[in-house]
Amino acid sequence: MENLVFYLFAFMAVAGGVLLVALRNPVSSALAMVLSFVGLAGLFIGLNAYFVGIVQILVYAGAIMVLFIFIIMLLDLNDEKPVKFKSSSVVAGLVIPLLLVVQILGVIQAGSKGNRVEFEEITNESMRRSAEQFAQLDEDKVAFPREKQSAIYKSLTHEKSPKLPDTNLIGNTIFKSYNYPLQVVGVLLLVATIGVVILSKRSNKQAPIDS
Amino acid sequence: MDTTLLIAAAIKIAVFIGITMSFVSICVIFERRFSAIIQDRVGPNRTMIPLSILGFKKDLALPIGGLTQPVADGLKFILKEDFTPSYVRKFFFWLAPVLVVVPALLTMAVIPFGSPMEIAGNVIPMAVADLNVGPLYIFAIASLSVYGITLAGWASNSKYPFFGGVRACAQMISYEIALGLSIVPVLMFFGGLNLGHIVEDQVTNGWLLLPLWNEGGFIISSGYWADPQASIQRLLLLIPIIISFIIFTTSIFAETNRMPFDLPECETELVGGYHTEYSSMKFALFFMGEYAAMVVGSALIVTLFLGGWSIGFGIDNLLPVGAWWVSLLHIGVFLGKVTFFILFFILVRWTVPRFRYDQLMNLGWIVFFEAALINVFLAALVIAYPSIGFVGVAIGFALLITASILLIKIAKGSLEKPSATAV
Repeated sequence: MENLVFYLFAFMAVAGGVLLVALRNPVSSALAMVLSFVGLAGLFIGLNAYFVGIVQILVYAGAIMVLFIFIIMLLDLNDEKPVKFKSSSVVAGLVIPLLLVVQILGVIQAGSKGNRVEFEEITNESMRRSAEQFAQLDEDKVAFPREKQSAIYKSLTHEKSPKLPDTNLIGNTIFKSYNYPLQVVGVLLLVATIGVVILSKRSNKQAPIDS
Repeated sequence: MDTTLLIAAAIKIAVFIGITMSFVSICVIFERRFSAIIQDRVGPNRTMIPLSILGFKKDLALPIGGLTQPVADGLKFILKEDFTPSYVRKFFFWLAPVLVVVPALLTMAVIPFGSPMEIAGNVIPMAVADLNVGPLYIFAIASLSVYGITLAGWASNSKYPFFGGVRACAQMISYEIALGLSIVPVLMFFGGLNLGHIVEDQVTNGWLLLPLWNEGGFIISSGYWADPQASIQRLLLLIPIIISFIIFTTSIFAETNRMPFDLPECETELVGGYHTEYSSMKFALFFMGEYAAMVVGSALIVTLFLGGWSIGFGIDNLLPVGAWWVSLLHIGVFLGKVTFFILFFILVRWTVPRFRYDQLMNLGWIVFFEAALINVFLAALVIAYPSIGFVGVAIGFALLITASILLIKIAKGSLEKPSATAV
């Protein structure tokens, strides 16, 4: 059952990728990319990473690709003409994917040699155990009583339906362990946004900008 | 997987999709009768079952008002000629209506319809998929329905549908931001994204918009004030929650392309908008998608702000947990609340006139976006009060007010029309 679903979504992702390159119409290509993203999201969800899967759809399929399609439609791009490629770009197009393939092969090799991490299956029992560990880890840091302290603990030990709180765990990791890098990345993005606005305004010489 | 759970999942999918689809048709009759009442007309109130075409002498008139009207409406859509203009882009023209309906129905999967039922020792949550990322899932899947409308406009390959499609695209992207930001205070308060847990929290601690009771008792009893600081904090939190509620509800109107914001299909400017070239069942699918999105939107509002399936006022705790009739009762209560919101949607549609397009964009980007952003910090201050103390809150509040005044100034500046020399 799980295997079947995996192959379904994997096929979606790969087929979307192939169609993206093969189709000539820009809108069809963009939609093929959406198909690929949805397939990838399905794979993430199959790995119990609900948050990553949903964000994949929310950000890439739901926001970025919509903007792509919006721009394609506004510019009214027609079917792409077949282009004669330069030999340098052909070489680059061959070498970069080859490097990627080599890397993937390396990962697979390392995985089959036995030095991979064994993951425990997620059951109610294993979740309760990790909740206990989590509570002990936090005990010296947090002054709250254990029941009130965190959504992670609550979600792991919820009496009716214990769940792996992947969203809370990701949030915990990002905002507690990697808070400083996160803020640096945030500032970087802000600078990039301002830069883009300024660059796009400067190119328009005909219309002076009034402040 | 356990066979019981598998069978239960199949039944849940069938029943909940059935409920949604029947709600869509009920919406149509509500819309027609309610608009008739508002406009002082009668509306469809005497649809009969046409037995005469089967050879009987008389048509059968059931004494249920116009409740058979949706059947007639549906049959009409199926029997009409399905005409595809010759100049359309065929594949996308056929794909677009499907892309509108499917996401709207998929989002129903995470809504908890009732309290968990206990069958043969298994606790079965009354949601098709009891995910830990409920609201995010709904936003993600709902954002996919933009493709349907945009593609419909583009694939029709004619002028007005294209305008409609582009408008819909811009409008839905803009309001998704306000929609997402406005419920951040709600999620901060609950500290989780599981809609089932959110409703259970509201059963014991009062609905989000109606915190009249908690574990101790009602607001008038002394048990409610056992922890006065927490109670006052909870009541203060109502201010950001009400702002959230207003922004969220209005954004749902814009996301579902309902009346004050139905610019994509605005018939005075765009003939019929993105579905101008569609006929018969393909048109009906757009219709269904819009209503299904409205039903899901109402369900989400009810789940987040008005206690979902809970009867409220502490009554839920008196009922036995897990009994089948309790679950059914809760489903009934939930559907009642959803119906109330659907009636509200219809009332707004027939009373508020349509916005102009620039007003719509200003409302989304300048008013709602900023308000939701300030609201997040306001809620954070109230929630953080126990850990940062009075001084921290006072400093934070001063900073927040300064930042808000600056933001409002900037927003007002951007609202002014550019001078004539600029363009």
